[in-house]
Amino acid sequence: MRKNQVAVVGAAETTELGVIPNASQLQLHADAALNAIADAGLKLSDIDGFATAVETPQQVCHYLGIKPTWVDGTSVGGCSFMLHVRHAAAAIEAGLCKTVLITHAESGKSMIGKAPRSIPADSLQGQFEAPYGVYGPPSMFPIPVLRFMKTYGITHEQLASVAVVQREWAARNPRAMMKDPITVADVLNSRMIAYPFRLLQCCLVTDGGGALILTSADRARDFPRKPVYIMGTGESVETPMVSQMETFNSSRAFKTAGPLAFREAGIAHKDVDHLMIYDAFAHLPLFGLGDLGFMPHEETGKFIADGNTRPGGKLPLNTNGGGLSYMHSGMYGMYALQESVRQMRGIAPAQVPNAKISVCHGVGGMFAASGTIVFTNER
Amino acid sequence: MAEPQRARPKPTPETQHFWDGTKAGELRLQRCDACAQVYFPPRPFCPSCASRKVSVFKASGKGFLYSYVINHRPAAPGFTPPYAIAVVELDEGPRMMSSIINCPQTPEALELDMKLEVAFQELDDKITLPVFRPAKG
Repeated sequence: MRKNQVAVVGAAETTELGVIPNASQLQLHADAALNAIADAGLKLSDIDGFATAVETPQQVCHYLGIKPTWVDGTSVGGCSFMLHVRHAAAAIEAGLCKTVLITHAESGKSMIGKAPRSIPADSLQGQFEAPYGVYGPPSMFPIPVLRFMKTYGITHEQLASVAVVQREWAARNPRAMMKDPITVADVLNSRMIAYPFRLLQCCLVTDGGGALILTSADRARDFPRKPVYIMGTGESVETPMVSQMETFNSSRAFKTAGPLAFREAGIAHKDVDHLMIYDAFAHLPLFGLGDLGFMPHEETGKFIADGNTRPGGKLPLNTNGGGLSYMHSGMYGMYALQESVRQMRGIAPAQVPNAKISVCHGVGGMFAASGTIVFTNER
Repeated sequence: MAEPQRARPKPTPETQHFWDGTKAGELRLQRCDACAQVYFPPRPFCPSCASRKVSVFKASGKGFLYSYVINHRPAAPGFTPPYAIAVVELDEGPRMMSSIINCPQTPEALELDMKLEVAFQELDDKITLPVFRPAKG
């Protein structure tokens, strides 16, 4: 894909985030969509392309009254929205549509109008993972951690520092769920969830949503907001079974999607002003920093523990507070994208001064999928 | 209301040989006749070279502890926390999720790279699960 040919011209989250007992999941899609439409100064009838995950495009399009000529229902977990951005950019460039709306919403906490996730007993996961007592992401996502720690000499304290640093960012964000400062000792003394991870190393469970609107860079100049250009994109999938990853020392999907996006953008790591790495659990930023090539994996724990990703550090990471402290409705990728867009617009609550390039990296499932978007505010 | 039951595998035509094997006290893997790749989970072709000429064989049942978590909460139906959810690397190459039995479910007892051997746990008259225990000697 050619860089900077497509831009984000509308971006918004749901009016409320956190616990929203008065709206169904579908209504949260609509709330986010209407906020993004207003942000872009558009009407619903201007939308001719639509993408969403978990809910089907037909469900959300009908509810909103959108009549699209291009749809994408790619649903590969929490990074689905990174893939939607990539696909939408390609579709706009190919002339299949002009203005794409991407929505995410999840009633992750209140569970209103949300189908429970289930694993069929005759699926491969149902036969070869579920019988051993896996029960939701906390019991599965951390399975690679002990191997990763042993291979690279990563410590429990370093993995705890991920949560501490992100809480520092969250403290600057009025919309963050968790804002009180925490220490490494607080993390290591919090309730055990799935050893080696404790409560404060696991993402929040909340309700919310977000939406993006993309159009061609040429048209983007006429919109009310400062355009945020799609500079580079990457995507991949590996396996739906965490036990079947090629290795626990890295994520193949990360190592495919990340470098693809960097190559397409034509940037080096030193060019990155702002970074989002989807942090469903505390090890994700370490995998991300290593797999995206910022540094060798063995240095990632120390890099974060030393404060390099905290406010004022040289590589601002997860500046909204992340899935650990900002919000996590189940598919957090949309919120990472929203924060990248805010940073590129220059309106983030914890704004990184003069940030020009933002990398937004997502995970789907338990390292099952990945999508990476490089944004810039300069064309 | 009945307690939710422990998850039980339901074999498919492609995996039936595996579950027939565990019932007979064997851990069965597949090997590609064309490129010799050993793979898991079961499928009637080689995921490495796409050959449909593959054979089922009885694996050694030996391996080592590749990684694990000790799950505290929430616990899956039929499990009493804390319990380990492990990934075992078999001597033949493939890895599989499993439980570790005959071993305290603690970080001190569950050492990465410890040698393991397969054991079989009968869930009901249809399904026997392969699990692992510390290897003898």
